Amino acid sequence: MDFGFSINRPRAVDLDKNDLSVSRKALMEMPEWQACIGCGGCTATCTAGNLTQFNFRKVHTLVRRGDYQGAYEEMNKCMLCGKCRLVCPRGINTRGVVMMIKRLLSEY
Amino acid sequence: MKRNSWQEYQKEIADDDYYYVRSCIRQNFFPGSEKAFLDILRNDVGKNIIEEPMHTSCTGIGYHSDIVPMETIMTVVARQFALMTEAGFENFTSSCITSFGIYTEMLETWHEFPETEERTREYLYKATGREFNKPKNLAHTSDVMFKHRGAIAAKMKHPLVNVFTGRPLRVVEHIGCHYAKIFPKKGVGGSEFPYVLAGMIESWGGEVVDYPERRHCCGFGFRNYLVQANRGFSVANSHKKLESMKPYKPDFIVTNCPGCSMFLDKWQYTIAEMEGDTYGQDGRGIPVLTYEEMAGLVLGYDPWALGMQMHQVDVEPLLDKMGIAYDPAAKYLGPNGKFIGQPDPAAVNMNCTPTPILRTL
Amino acid sequence: MTKKVIIIGGGPAGMQTAASLLDLGIKPVIIEKSDRIGGKLNDWHQLFPTFTPAHEVLAKLKGSMKDARVITGTAVESIGKDGVSLSDGSTMEADAVVVASGFNLFRAELKEELGYTIYDNVYTTVDIEHMLNDGKVAMKDGRTPQRIAFLHCVGSRDEKVNQRHCSKVCCVTGVKQAMELKAMFPQSEVYNFYMDIRMFGPGYEEMYRRAQEEFNIHFVRGRISEASETIDRRVQIKAEDTLIGRPLKMTVDMLILIVGMTAGESNRRFAETKGVELQPSGFVAPADSFTLNTCSGVPNIFYAGTVTAPKNLGESINEGVAAAQQVARYLNRR
Repeated sequence: MDFGFSINRPRAVDLDKNDLSVSRKALMEMPEWQACIGCGGCTATCTAGNLTQFNFRKVHTLVRRGDYQGAYEEMNKCMLCGKCRLVCPRGINTRGVVMMIKRLLSEY
Repeated sequence: MKRNSWQEYQKEIADDDYYYVRSCIRQNFFPGSEKAFLDILRNDVGKNIIEEPMHTSCTGIGYHSDIVPMETIMTVVARQFALMTEAGFENFTSSCITSFGIYTEMLETWHEFPETEERTREYLYKATGREFNKPKNLAHTSDVMFKHRGAIAAKMKHPLVNVFTGRPLRVVEHIGCHYAKIFPKKGVGGSEFPYVLAGMIESWGGEVVDYPERRHCCGFGFRNYLVQANRGFSVANSHKKLESMKPYKPDFIVTNCPGCSMFLDKWQYTIAEMEGDTYGQDGRGIPVLTYEEMAGLVLGYDPWALGMQMHQVDVEPLLDKMGIAYDPAAKYLGPNGKFIGQPDPAAVNMNCTPTPILRTL
Repeated sequence: MTKKVIIIGGGPAGMQTAASLLDLGIKPVIIEKSDRIGGKLNDWHQLFPTFTPAHEVLAKLKGSMKDARVITGTAVESIGKDGVSLSDGSTMEADAVVVASGFNLFRAELKEELGYTIYDNVYTTVDIEHMLNDGKVAMKDGRTPQRIAFLHCVGSRDEKVNQRHCSKVCCVTGVKQAMELKAMFPQSEVYNFYMDIRMFGPGYEEMYRRAQEEFNIHFVRGRISEASETIDRRVQIKAEDTLIGRPLKMTVDMLILIVGMTAGESNRRFAETKGVELQPSGFVAPADSFTLNTCSGVPNIFYAGTVTAPKNLGESINEGVAAAQQVARYLNRR
């Protein structure tokens, strides 16, 4: 029956249902990725992020939570200029994170 | 429930002599409940309670939908208190959770900002010539019934026990947000583990179900159902709760809020029609009762006199479990014996796919 | 004439005060309300950030103050300028008093929405220390946890429970325990939910980083708003992952509440003495927070340790040394 509305789907990141396999694999491959403290330095300096909606910090965090929807396409916005890596206070190879996420998600 | 610290959150509830005000919507959706409350208080518990035709809506729906300004609702509330004062009563009890929230909010506002009380007295006097005393005791009617749960238990005819298994019925209790989330100390047991309904259930032989989304709102939320485009959000909340309580196989839901009773009941219909999902035993829905209906059944009132034919989810499976005799032929006869009309069969009561086909038959 | 010094409380600060006074040739009396000295250090398993067994530190402290007189099972009811009155009704004279009565642990059951003492698998960091000491960490029914969540700031930075202050050491405690449990259950997933991570001490930040990189502990910036029990007695939690701006929901086998420090229950009593003042947090106020941290407004009443504020163990012990110096200075001047 058409009621003129449908049941809204939950917005919550559901760690009981999300498939964390890619996230786990990536963390094994690159443990330094986990050292991210969410400071946002990468996003602040990001060439692409200053011109588009691309938010590297947010997208890679979503991937860590097993939320992969659209992440590959988002990561394509990265121009691999490497400025983020220069600012990261935790010395994370951020460009490497971009490439790793793209590789693992293209296989996913 | 394992928690017993509810005893630390006690509120004062008057023992007798109540001035009673009704809800706007309950008389449509659960029409026997308010009468049952008055009957139970007067005849079974032996208390003095007065109801007057002069009282009005508290205008809470308008207030929460941003169409009634605060000065207006304060004056309406003041008028209700004036009627109580004129009738010689001091204990005010309201049938609606939102009204209870409103009365509490206005009293607290007057307490914190005395100039608003002064202004309200002036408005009321100018408009109606009336004056008022603030109630000595303000309680929701579920508080009053909670207070007298022992007296009701003493007269119990049908405890909340499954007559086939001898086991306590498993009951989901749901408290309206405006009961204790606005002013937690005004609710029996506070807002996280309220005891007002749980206390009745336990006194009358049932078992309270604590499920993960117990504290989640039913989704009523005024603007969220008044506007059709928002209803998907409203129904999603009930859906979340129903999914969460499902594994516990509750025998029924009891609520103390007009909106919660209505939406937890009626959204089951909507969900069944939209998605084919039904809940409860054999997929025939989980009956949703008001606490007056629950008390009425326990005391041996006739389910049709309690107005339970107006529920969306059929209550017959529950009546059978409680061993309550009822006349199926009388279900859709009004008090005068006249046929009151009968709803189309609905998926929610039949454990089947949505009903468009049935409708055309 | 020998000078008499009373130390209220036989925890680390009190023990070190006694040891330092002994070094200075003054014989103090420790009055301890429980039946043994050592305070809460008796309950801890390993100490951050070095994972040193707590009993080793306790043994050192005990060794250095063994010549001090200790009265256990006796509480101090009030402090006056000539001495103290005790719970057995007697009074004891003193030339100086050092208040080292410590802190209380926040009662996690006050955060009702988190279900401590209501749900089977909600614990506090103190419960975990006890379990670690007993050598068995497990769910209520004995099962091995597969998923563990820690919640930071329970009873800290929370005006809802009248605890506006930061308890300072809980961040590092939570990370320490996360590492201990991960080491114990390498297959498990461990999450820490935090508002801010405040790694103030030497080696703490480095330990936090090891927790992330080497121990694979997940840190989610967001406060758990509600815990409920699932049908299989696990715990469903709700938070926001604020770094992605979305609600987050998950079920865990154990929820561990990282409880904070609240002002010692005796502070209010002691503050009835003029010159002993309370801060808004309920901790007593030192005469000056830069140069007179162990002094009160009364010339012969001194403070040491967490009676004045949340502190880590090293800081508390240092204050014992400092308080002893101030006591000696006062006694020599008289």
